Amino acid sequence: MTAPLPLPRLRLIRPTTVEAAVAARVECPQHEVLAGGTDLLVNLRRGLLAPPALIDITGIAELDEVRTTADRTRIGALVRLDRLAEDPAIASRHAALREAAVAVAAPGHRRLATVGGNLCLQTRCIYVNQSAWWRAAHGACLKSGGEVCHVAPEGARCHAAFSGDVAPALIALDAEIEIAGPAGRRRVACADLYHEEGRAHLRLDSGEIVTAIEVPTSIAHSGYLKERIRRSFDFPLAGVAIACRTEGAELSALRIAVTGTNSRPLLIEGTDALLGRRIDESVLAAAEKLVARQVRPMRTTLFPANHRRSVAAALARRLLGALGAPDAAAGRGHAGGTA
Amino acid sequence: MFDPGPIPGKRLLRIRLNGRWREDAVADDQLLVDYLRDTAGLTGTKTGCDGGECGACTVLVDDEPIPSCLTLAARCEGRSVETIEGLAAGGRLHRLQQAFHEKLGAQCGFCTPGMIMAAEGLLRRQPDPSEAEIRAALAGNLCRCTGYVKIVESVRAAAAADA
Repeated sequence: MTAPLPLPRLRLIRPTTVEAAVAARVECPQHEVLAGGTDLLVNLRRGLLAPPALIDITGIAELDEVRTTADRTRIGALVRLDRLAEDPAIASRHAALREAAVAVAAPGHRRLATVGGNLCLQTRCIYVNQSAWWRAAHGACLKSGGEVCHVAPEGARCHAAFSGDVAPALIALDAEIEIAGPAGRRRVACADLYHEEGRAHLRLDSGEIVTAIEVPTSIAHSGYLKERIRRSFDFPLAGVAIACRTEGAELSALRIAVTGTNSRPLLIEGTDALLGRRIDESVLAAAEKLVARQVRPMRTTLFPANHRRSVAAALARRLLGALGAPDAAAGRGHAGGTA
Repeated sequence: MFDPGPIPGKRLLRIRLNGRWREDAVADDQLLVDYLRDTAGLTGTKTGCDGGECGACTVLVDDEPIPSCLTLAARCEGRSVETIEGLAAGGRLHRLQQAFHEKLGAQCGFCTPGMIMAAEGLLRRQPDPSEAEIRAALAGNLCRCTGYVKIVESVRAAAAADA
């Protein structure tokens, strides 16, 4: 292993309002937004980007609030992951969100990392997340300034995988993302924050920043399961979030989202066909098949792509089975530890 | 021609370091771990992986253990930072240092300052932790020598010593 570079020379811009942060981004689109820094500072030291300045938004108090109403939970983009993991209101209303927050990295990272930062996490690939020395020895790829994707040299796009844990939970829970930009604020469904392109996976326009998340309380049961190489803390080989509602014993809502397999967190299509049915073996098998068919893992981790496809499908089956079990409300314990 | 790049911003940082307030000029791009080691001369805090993966640089900021290699020094303005050097008092080892010594929780010792600071953060929150709580609190701290058994025993011994 070679040592990372020192941080590139840069300066900090420290706005105290959303408007000032947006203005700083408009003034220079190359500036990067700094929240917890657990992803960005490492990427800076790996030489993956070299912004002239960091816009440190942690002084914007408005973005650090959790507000609950009967039908929604509003979570500011700067709310830290350890707070999401410990907040009893989040745990009782949005189990998948709590389980996803707990599954991110290690306790020290979660004390720094924010929900907005985890949503905007850079995509990852074994050819990119290396030292500058390693990348220079191997030759640059599409994402690091070269001409070719080493994962799929015949293709024209970057296949770096989205590896955030919180996004699939929010997609399953049907959350909306609030975005502030030069034209004011807008909202998008969480899945629509992303493109299937590893170099530019975020659908944010120039000057825009993520300011808040709104999670509806309409879906009662949810959970998140994650598999990773190093269980104590690691990015996902695959992670699956499911939110569902049952009436009687029959499914009346079902949303499945997967991370770690594509360049974006993927909302699985076709789950409506399973509504009206009990969560039995045939429904579990159907959910497993939906996931296996739709995810597109590529050779972006040390583990083979096919293995990650199998893992994602198996996690979906296991999680849906657990949510459908009579004692689902009692919880499955620590999500990361059971995957 | 050599291009020195843009001049980094600099600011006065006022922090409470191991109980004493101090002021230093720090560059905007200075990491907390580099501030502690190079400016304050506190080399007990280790640089291991340098990328947030090993926990050897763990220090307490306002009683919470965080990796100092993932924190800009400038963002600790007005806050309390504690390092391994701040634990022993009056020539006596801190309870965790004593326990790591007696229970053989340190072998090569490189991860030990981070382990002890992460454990100290835990004991301040939870004075009587279970083994599972200890392992969860130390999940971000890697050790290549001990296999962790002796480290967990050391933290338990320190908690018991405090009871």
